Amino acid sequence: MTTQSIPDARPRARGSIASSSIETGTGAGGTAPRRRSAAWLGFTPFAAYVVIFLAIPAVIAVASGFFGADGGFTLANLKALTDPVIIKSFQGSLLVSAVSAVVGAVIGALVCFALLGTKAEGMLRTVIDSASSVLAQFGGVMLAFAFIATVGFQGIVTLYLKNTFGFDINADGALLYKIPGLILPYTYFSVPLMVLTFMPAMEGLKSTWGEAAATLGATRRQYWTRIAMPVLAPAFFGSVLLLFANCFSSFATAAALLSQGGIVPLSIKQQLTSETIVGVSNTAGVLALGMLVIMVVVMFFYSLLQRRAARWQR
Amino acid sequence: MSAVPLTSTAVEPTTVPSPSPRRGRTPRVGAEPSKAARLIILIAVGLVFLVPLGAMFEFTLRTSGKPGVYSFAHYASIFHTDPALGISYEPLFEGIRNSLLICLLTVAIILLILLPTMLLVELRYPRVRRVLEFVCILPITVPSIVLVVGFVPVYQRVAAVFGSQPWTLAFAVGIIVLPYAYRPIATNIAAFDLVTLTEAARSLGASWPVAIYRVILPNMRRGVISAVFLTVAVVLGEYTIAAFLSQNTFQTALLLISQTDSYVATIFALAALVFAFVILLIIGRFGAASPGSRRRRPRRVQP
Repeated sequence: MTTQSIPDARPRARGSIASSSIETGTGAGGTAPRRRSAAWLGFTPFAAYVVIFLAIPAVIAVASGFFGADGGFTLANLKALTDPVIIKSFQGSLLVSAVSAVVGAVIGALVCFALLGTKAEGMLRTVIDSASSVLAQFGGVMLAFAFIATVGFQGIVTLYLKNTFGFDINADGALLYKIPGLILPYTYFSVPLMVLTFMPAMEGLKSTWGEAAATLGATRRQYWTRIAMPVLAPAFFGSVLLLFANCFSSFATAAALLSQGGIVPLSIKQQLTSETIVGVSNTAGVLALGMLVIMVVVMFFYSLLQRRAARWQR
Repeated sequence: MSAVPLTSTAVEPTTVPSPSPRRGRTPRVGAEPSKAARLIILIAVGLVFLVPLGAMFEFTLRTSGKPGVYSFAHYASIFHTDPALGISYEPLFEGIRNSLLICLLTVAIILLILLPTMLLVELRYPRVRRVLEFVCILPITVPSIVLVVGFVPVYQRVAAVFGSQPWTLAFAVGIIVLPYAYRPIATNIAAFDLVTLTEAARSLGASWPVAIYRVILPNMRRGVISAVFLTVAVVLGEYTIAAFLSQNTFQTALLLISQTDSYVATIFALAALVFAFVILLIIGRFGAASPGSRRRRPRRVQP
């Protein structure tokens, strides 16, 4: 038995074979060394696939920023990162992602709170889980259409506000076609992602803690501020980072709404369709590098926070 | 130690103005919200989230140029294209066909490459599990827009071998799908005793193929089906890679059609969202059918 280190393994026997007691198993792994070395070959397809379509593209993406037009190695391209347009697009990306992540996290956490105590396998949770998955991971172009139909020039909310209150949300140009306008759809897909990522942490709150606190005379407010919130804090901030990373790397929604640049993924698109900054080659690679650095930092802190949060989720 | 009186704040004096915990109803302890709070939050957030979807539906019923006139004309026009308008939905249907083909191939990659590798790791090399998990989760850290920068040159080679066919996108999309496919399968593997079952089958005389086909795979049905459905959903929603590798898939076709006929584009977008919702709902119900794995959805990264 070599694989008993699975953290949340719940050994469950299903089917008739398992019901007979198996104490005499000789161990499937205990075969001849010849077979063992041959079995390594089983990794070949996966390894080859991942190297060709994940490792190589990722390396090319980052490395291409370090090569000049003549094919030689250079650090000169990095000066694209000081270009005002590029700086502005990084600022735009960071701003939109940060605002959407924080707003999405707060609303999503509220939804998780509301879902506490409902049955995880119940219809309500299944519907919310499925809807969250769709909106968080599937949206892209389609969410752009949804928001055009909502707050675009002829959008239903636009018309309603105009006709009822005489207020035009698109008064200074179309809201949705400017960078801050992206916050709307980005928040829209951040909230469901928050529900998906934060719910396990929320469910990790043991009812015994609440009872213990109440027995010691704590009010519910004290329970929340002194027990639940400190316990949930790492998971919450971890989720904020994940939401941020998700917004930061998202492309499809923005591409469907905006034709010009303004956030980093759109700038990469502009660079790839050859609208280069003067004197700098392979700007797309430099931008990809910049994005990746931010993503790696964010995901590093995310995994730190997750590890901390996992302490309470046993 | 004497018993602590229930109502006093004996733990520590606080600045919180604490009313007596017993107000009318039975006091609630722990984190659970009151029924009213739950209803208010869920209904409020639910309504806000339905607005854009409702707006999409309302939009598809509109008649251009005539506000307030609603009809299903745009739905009918999908099947009976008005030749006078000169709009052809053929690119859209072609995109859907391409996407379905890519779906099929991506599912094949998951089932024929990822799944056997995961089984091999579980059965023979459990120490490699960490590495495999890391690799499979990695595509979340590397945004598709970054990968695309590298995909462009790689696909010049791919095109040299296979030609610039839409189905070749399946290789790239398979990478994007890895985290989504890995999670449910891994959760499923953790939920039953794979090694013991296999050993039992082997000691009862089953050959490896028989043990895998008749003992292991039936136990993994749920994880595998979740992985396949999620893969289908992700592939149908994939836009970035297709756009940059200049292939016509469902999403790129949607964007293209939206420039000539935004009504039909919105109809298809709404239908796709509903379709994805339904398949995920089926996974959810399917998972609920038997206990054991409640966290069947990939929670993005979970180190």
